[in-house]
Amino acid sequence: MTSPLQQKIKITGPSVVTANRARDGAVIWRTAHQDWSTDLADAAVVSTVDTARALLAESAADDVGAVGPYIAPVTVDDSGAIEPGNLRELIRSTGVTIDIPATV
Amino acid sequence: MPLVKNATTIADPFVHLADDAELPLDGAVLVSAARFLQDPEALIGRNSPLGVIWPNNRPVDDLVPYLDRLAVVALVYPSFRDGRAHSQARLLRERHGYRGELRATGQILRDQFVFLLRNGFDAFEVKKDADAAAFAATAKRYSVFYQPSSDGRLSAWQRRLQARHSESAS
Amino acid sequence: MYAYDEIDRTLINERVAEFRDQVQRRLAGEITEDEFKMLRLMNGVYLQLHAYMFRVAIPYGTLSADQLRKLAHVARKYDRGYGHFTTRQNIQFNWIALADLPDALADLAEVGIHAMQTSGNCTRNITADQWAGVAPGEIEDPRIWAEIMRQYTTLHPEFSFLPRKFKFAITASDHDRAAIKIHDIGLRLRQNDAGVTGFEVLVGGGLGRTPFIGKVIKPFVPGRDILSYVEAILRVYNQYGRRDNIYKARIKILVHELGLEKFRDEVEEEFLQIGDGPLTLDDAMIEEIRSRFTYPAYAKLSDNPEELTKASADPGFAAWLANSVAPHKQQGYAIVTLSLKPVGAPPGDATAEQMDAIADLADRYSFGEIRVGHEQNLALPHVAKRDLPALWQALDRIGVATPNVNLITDIIACPGLDYCSLANARSIPIAQELTRRFSNETANLIGRLHINISGCINACGHHHVGHIGILGVEKNDEEFYQITIGGRADEGAVVGTLIGPAVPYDDVANVVEDIVEAYLALRQRPDELFIDAVKRLGVEPFKERVYATR
Ligand code: SF4
Repeated sequence: MTSPLQQKIKITGPSVVTANRARDGAVIWRTAHQDWSTDLADAAVVSTVDTARALLAESAADDVGAVGPYIAPVTVDDSGAIEPGNLRELIRSTGVTIDIPATV
Repeated sequence: MPLVKNATTIADPFVHLADDAELPLDGAVLVSAARFLQDPEALIGRNSPLGVIWPNNRPVDDLVPYLDRLAVVALVYPSFRDGRAHSQARLLRERHGYRGELRATGQILRDQFVFLLRNGFDAFEVKKDADAAAFAATAKRYSVFYQPSSDGRLSAWQRRLQARHSESAS
Repeated sequence: MYAYDEIDRTLINERVAEFRDQVQRRLAGEITEDEFKMLRLMNGVYLQLHAYMFRVAIPYGTLSADQLRKLAHVARKYDRGYGHFTTRQNIQFNWIALADLPDALADLAEVGIHAMQTSGNCTRNITADQWAGVAPGEIEDPRIWAEIMRQYTTLHPEFSFLPRKFKFAITASDHDRAAIKIHDIGLRLRQNDAGVTGFEVLVGGGLGRTPFIGKVIKPFVPGRDILSYVEAILRVYNQYGRRDNIYKARIKILVHELGLEKFRDEVEEEFLQIGDGPLTLDDAMIEEIRSRFTYPAYAKLSDNPEELTKASADPGFAAWLANSVAPHKQQGYAIVTLSLKPVGAPPGDATAEQMDAIADLADRYSFGEIRVGHEQNLALPHVAKRDLPALWQALDRIGVATPNVNLITDIIACPGLDYCSLANARSIPIAQELTRRFSNETANLIGRLHINISGCINACGHHHVGHIGILGVEKNDEEFYQITIGGRADEGAVVGTLIGPAVPYDDVANVVEDIVEAYLALRQRPDELFIDAVKRLGVEPFKERVYATR
């Protein structure tokens, strides 16, 4: 496996670092305070290759807390609200697009 | 890297000899397959124990003529995911009757111990000290096995058939 | 049912203890994710988009009522109240926490269920015809051999780190319900001219990026030698299978690159060397396993009980009877398929409540036994025909009596982009939309037609072998789907043919409707199946119809 730090970093716009929490697999985003949050709104947004690389390196160092960190695209509107940049990330942040079988 | 043998960590009596290093007059040495195959007789002719590190992409057949004169065959796990040496080990033990030390080298972690033992390894160059320390406990993790194999323990089928025999005898 | 003995029980308990220790070491930071990944995979634990996914084996698709209840319990206690039955006789839970997994496994171990080797580069769950032991015309129950294979492959010291995953499937019927031709090793039980029971052995089948239909490597291997022969195949593969490229690591590529002849020579040479070793199965060993399979004490019952005749006046019952009930080898009994494909639902999902209810019905009507098939449906394998009306009502109440088995709405679909981290596109919503497009009446008019959907080229939804196959691809961040037709997974297995450029998400159901309309217009007789019409006509007329207006 290539470690995330060896991956070539290419970003086309505002980006965040996301991963899954090791304990339960929950989707998490790296915050600006060396921590993780389960809320995309708390994510640190970076927009240069260097800052992205630094954020990813810091995230990858937390192997006990998080699995498979990577850089994901987002959009940020005028009010500063962060939205996922593609369908995969949308599904990761808002959940499955179908109704989960009801527990009746 | 700790060497585990007979369930304890020991000092490696073998010197790992680089391909370009000069051959010492005596003392146990471990050499690469390439170096060994250049002049096997000269190495074997030394009056000291000899071991060969055999790569996992080379058939063990090439080693067979020398087996009874080797003290160690070391098989290589470049990654714990690469299981080719598992086949080589069984072939050496079961098909070619190799009785010397069979050593696992490379990325050896505790979770492979049971498999390695079952395939006939009896020495382990373990990557982490903690794993070496955990050897004895880990090796005992399983008390039953389905397959017949090289470690002398009975397979599930053998045990079941024995149980049947003793039932019908009583 | 196979009854576990002390050895089987000890082994899975020891496995649970080992995994508990591995999870603890991971959570404590003693092993890295990279090291742990392989360990968790060997126990069926994946990391998906939202959470860990836990895949539990249902060897050869046979479950007891107690086992199904325990699966319901795991769904309820550790997950979100449902499970997903897969195309390989496994069940997956989608939301389980790593820290809970050892307890979930321990609970399952109480009833002899495990998750060993449901992923990772090892021999996977051994699958078999879901009607094994009850289908008319079998040579013998293939599950005896599947169980022998299960034991042989479980924690195999030599073959747990293969170049890539390795899948076996076994059938004993001429009609292949186990899709043996798309497995790494496919085994068909048969007898030779001398009356000896053995196997036709197929090798190198598989889907994924480069689909291959399995080839016969040996027309007959006697039962006593089958483990030796399989060991020879695995050993050749372990040593020579490619490890440099994940997409070329399956045995199908080795067979293809060496050529079947050369591969067979290698295997034969190894087989000869293994000879009459400890793997040779003498009769006592086979008998040992056989003796631990128990069979129901069937009663002598009529094939045409009064209850059945009476109930058949109800069109709802009659439709279900015609669709979901199949002949049993025992007079007076039937095999009942439970459709997990109701309109608008994710294919193959069952809630904990449904599982519990089905377990109770199995106790009441099917000698406590349930089957799981690769089409992602369940079955009750031993139902007295006189009980069918009562059973139908009970099944209908819990939503598993949709009479659409083998019809266009009985769709196979992988989890796709809603769950799967490898996906390009969603599968489930496509399946849901399709079930809404075709009423049951239309579906019956169309007749047998299998739609298979995969969310990426890994082909867990077996799209290549769907009569209509749908494959999710990604184009500029948008979901697109390639459509193939003419594939099949049975004894006549073939890989489907692509009909043209991929179509966008919103258009998939329209395309399928167009294909179906073309078929209805072109078929020679009402009983010319879609798959036969495609074979006769080729893809052109369908392609024309679909792309004329696109
Ligand atoms: S086919 Fe692809 S998307 Fe579907 S489950 Fe398999 S890996 Fe995931």
